[in-house]
Amino acid sequence: MSGRGALPPSALLRASIQQRVGRMVLIVAALVFLAVFLVLPVAAVFTQALSQGWKMYSDSIYQEDVLSALRLTGLVACISVPLNMVFGIAASWAITRFEFHGKSLLITLIDIPLAVSPVVAGLMYVEIFGLHGWLGPWLSEHNLHIIFAVPGIVLATVFVTFPFVARELIPFMQAQGSDEEVAAVVLGANGWNVFWRVTLPNIKWALLYGTILAAARSIGEFGAVSVVSGHIRGQTTTLPLEVEMLYNEYNFTAAFAAASLLTLAAIVTLVLKKTIELTSGVHQPVEEKEVQS
Amino acid sequence: MVKMPKTEARKTWSLATRSSPLPGFRLTIGFTLIYLTVIVLIPLTAILLHGARLGFGVFLHTVTSPRVLASYRVTLGCAAIAALLSAISGMLVAWVLARYSFPGKRIVDALVDLPFALPTAVAGISLTALYAENGWIGRYLEPHGIHVAFTPLGIMMAMSFVGFPFVVRSVQPVLEDLDPAMEEAAASLGANVWQRFTRVIAPVAFPALLTGTALAFARAAGEYGSVIFIAGNMPMKTEITALLIVTKLEEYDYTGAAAIAGAMLALSFTIMLLVNVIQWWVQRREGKRV
Repeated sequence: MSGRGALPPSALLRASIQQRVGRMVLIVAALVFLAVFLVLPVAAVFTQALSQGWKMYSDSIYQEDVLSALRLTGLVACISVPLNMVFGIAASWAITRFEFHGKSLLITLIDIPLAVSPVVAGLMYVEIFGLHGWLGPWLSEHNLHIIFAVPGIVLATVFVTFPFVARELIPFMQAQGSDEEVAAVVLGANGWNVFWRVTLPNIKWALLYGTILAAARSIGEFGAVSVVSGHIRGQTTTLPLEVEMLYNEYNFTAAFAAASLLTLAAIVTLVLKKTIELTSGVHQPVEEKEVQS
Repeated sequence: MVKMPKTEARKTWSLATRSSPLPGFRLTIGFTLIYLTVIVLIPLTAILLHGARLGFGVFLHTVTSPRVLASYRVTLGCAAIAALLSAISGMLVAWVLARYSFPGKRIVDALVDLPFALPTAVAGISLTALYAENGWIGRYLEPHGIHVAFTPLGIMMAMSFVGFPFVVRSVQPVLEDLDPAMEEAAASLGANVWQRFTRVIAPVAFPALLTGTALAFARAAGEYGSVIFIAGNMPMKTEITALLIVTKLEEYDYTGAAAIAGAMLALSFTIMLLVNVIQWWVQRREGKRV
């Protein structure tokens, strides 16, 4: 096949068959890989959790420690996610609606938590609030507990989920442009009215998308939280930490039962994420982009 | 260009061409900067200052002690191989998702993000269960003398699990944008599969693949939750750097922990810089083409 002109029909037919076989091979290879690499671990969680039967499964979950870990995980997510939503909206408004020096530096700084190891993230707060940290002596004098207490867990979670909402909103709002908001301002709307009536309805899906990602990460965060938590059962163990403690006590069925709750949360996350992508066009190739380029 | 952001904000109502008529610049940029400083910048500074206070000699001594060096070898070696595995598998999956349609494609596409969504501790215990001696996969590997759980191989498996989506999500949009007509043109001019891949697809997809692989490597090098269960955590053999930081903390060796964390941060920032350079390079190249 080295001719420069049109190929003879037999060669074209051969090429088309080759292509079809190649496609089948690649699709099957990808599917087999994903089944072994991603589906098996999920299946293993549920199989292990149910290995002693449903009774044992529900008994493992209705443990006071597991339930209190579940409550703490929910509490931490309910504090850290809204904080990062407000930050994400503020940052993307400033970045996409105004020109200022150092904008690209700011965008890079927002990404830092994604690059930092979760363990290092936790350690940073120990350096500040821990007993030997900057504010440690002052805090212990006033009987305030941040490290090995709930505030530290919240801080560590805020850090690791910091960029998620902003990273969704910035490209989305950039692509959308500010024409509608400018029109609203010209017609006399004030800032809050513009935000609630124009911006928020426009960005709601992207906002929700980022929020879901942040929520999923805040529920599942392990490394950062593990450093600041102190692992006090019933008080400072989130659900992922409870999984670790049960596992290290060789209580495997209970560990996998608790893990199955987290796995269900992950599956719900994926379903919601895909649903938003399909219904709202968030994270789908934008037609306008192609027209512009 | 308006020089100062503040003057621009003040000129809000003047409708000058470059300034924005929209309100809220000072409020939002103020909140953004304060929040960023409190949550990210001050804590980062705290750890870097602690490292700096040690003095260069002590710092160097701490971060190059034999056990720490061994942990770098394990972490970086496994992360490099894991990133490579993620690159290959990620490229395959991205290609199949971008180019072919098949039943259940949406489910498969959603599934790719599972490692992002699944808590790392869950991934860790689940992979350990799979690859242990009596696990679903381990029982077929053990008779052949392949030990995955509690060896560097297990660390690689966990690391490529968490890094894999980064490659797919970086490469997939680029492949979707690439017009199949380009390949068809190459094919009609007589290019074979390999030539089409290396001459048409690879040059376009390469920066994205490099970005995705770098992100996968960064994630793998910093990974903790999914690795510690499967690693076995033998000092000098299967002990990762992140775990060593935790161990130092548990021994109340805050100085040692901060020094090693400083070394890890240096690595994180280097990778971030690399990714930014790649993106800047791509933008410049795209700019030239248009």
